[in-house]
Amino acid sequence: MKSTPLKAEHEAAHAKMVEFAGWYMPVEYLSAETGSAGGIRSEHMHVREKVGLFDVSHMGEIRVRGERALETLQWLTTNDVTKLSNGCAQYSLLPNEKGGVVDDIIVYCVESGRDYLVCVNAANAEKDWAWFQSHNRGADLKNESADWGQVAVQGPRAVELVNRIFTGVAAVPPFHFMPVHFDRALCFAARTGYTGEDGFEIFVPSAQVTKLWRELLSRGSDLEARPIGLGARDTLRTEMKYSLYGHEIDDTTNPYAAGLGWVVKPDAKDFIGKDVMLAQKPAGLKEKLVGFCMVDKGIPRNGYRVLGIDNREIGRVTSGTVSPTLNKSIGIAYVHSDFSPVGSEILIDIRGRGAKARVTATPFVQTALTKKKEN
Amino acid sequence: MANFTVPEENYYTKDHEWASVDENMCTVGVTEYAQDSLGEVVYVELPETGQKVTQGEPFGVVESVKAVSDLVSPVSGTVVEVNDSVMENPGIINDDAMNDGWLVRIEMDSEKELANLMRAPDYRKMIGNK
Repeated sequence: MKSTPLKAEHEAAHAKMVEFAGWYMPVEYLSAETGSAGGIRSEHMHVREKVGLFDVSHMGEIRVRGERALETLQWLTTNDVTKLSNGCAQYSLLPNEKGGVVDDIIVYCVESGRDYLVCVNAANAEKDWAWFQSHNRGADLKNESADWGQVAVQGPRAVELVNRIFTGVAAVPPFHFMPVHFDRALCFAARTGYTGEDGFEIFVPSAQVTKLWRELLSRGSDLEARPIGLGARDTLRTEMKYSLYGHEIDDTTNPYAAGLGWVVKPDAKDFIGKDVMLAQKPAGLKEKLVGFCMVDKGIPRNGYRVLGIDNREIGRVTSGTVSPTLNKSIGIAYVHSDFSPVGSEILIDIRGRGAKARVTATPFVQTALTKKKEN
Repeated sequence: MANFTVPEENYYTKDHEWASVDENMCTVGVTEYAQDSLGEVVYVELPETGQKVTQGEPFGVVESVKAVSDLVSPVSGTVVEVNDSVMENPGIINDDAMNDGWLVRIEMDSEKELANLMRAPDYRKMIGNK
């Protein structure tokens, strides 16, 4: 099993460590005072209300450089990379030949046209690296996954904290990043995240990640900065209805069904599997990824069947949990489009019992970030 | 690794339930070790009184934020009492798994089945208690 450079920090902070996508990662931290579980829910609320640090060094990074870098990324991704100027970030997909999704990614433009950093899921890092190599259109590719550590700083106090260490980053707009220096090493401070809160994901060389982690905790002690495990990372993203590869999207997902049509730009360019994906678009629009709240008792889980009131199967649950913010059971599911309007009544097959649920507007929770977007 | 409370007088299953026996009545809960590995329990599903349960078969579930875990009955018999307060406030299981966090009382069909369960020393060994 692989471990990040922060393993010793996690163990010293009484983390409960688990295997995740081949990595030895903290799922939650136990409170040192009592020795009992601090708990995913308290970590979750800490991020919603204060600021949390996540070790996301397990994420993969692929560097795409050279004269053919742009051309290669245009072919490999669904979003329009020509829109990116230096310091811009873009959510995108790696499509396969069958109109499905190899991975969901963020493309960071270091130098327009000739230097990009692509952040990929840990679980897919090796698959993606092979995919890039076999579909390369002449770019200079490098797997930099081992070179980079990554720390996500998220929550209402995150920007203030990161700005204490990297002066000036508070001015970086959402989905932009800034090259910064830490301990004489080049880092990228990106105004991106996976929690719905404002904050940064900091790409930092592996050799410096422990020092940065400690610095963030010590400089953020008055802001109550604390480490947060992968358990809360999952509940935070579920409350925002952010997709998780392997749950909401996989090799067979039609991006239009997943509500990701906004990152597919077929009019702007050619990309792998474009014709197939477009041909499948009408079928994709017949099912929709929706959020729902349980009306009856029970917690929806990945793989549970979704039924209509007449007990006909109309979909599948992709993710579910008890929302720590709302203190009720929430879920994400693919359902037939007849049942996708907000307010639709559906049943979730929980161990053979048809438990009532209702399709709801998403994100489930409003945060400073979602409110900002509306204005 | 923490040392978990494993009372001497109880019986234990390999699925981490405890059983406290008083004549033909058996009180069942999950062990300290089980609640610790589950994390915060947020949902409990238990049978109704009068329901039959079978040794080694699931009779309910406990769910934490992340995981669903079957409750496996240590004995066969009839459920005669259900701990309603645990269903309303599942966190009791984390606070006091071995007492207030009890789940059901079962009227046993046969005390002979107890021979299939573990006693405290074996259970301690299984969970790595020192």
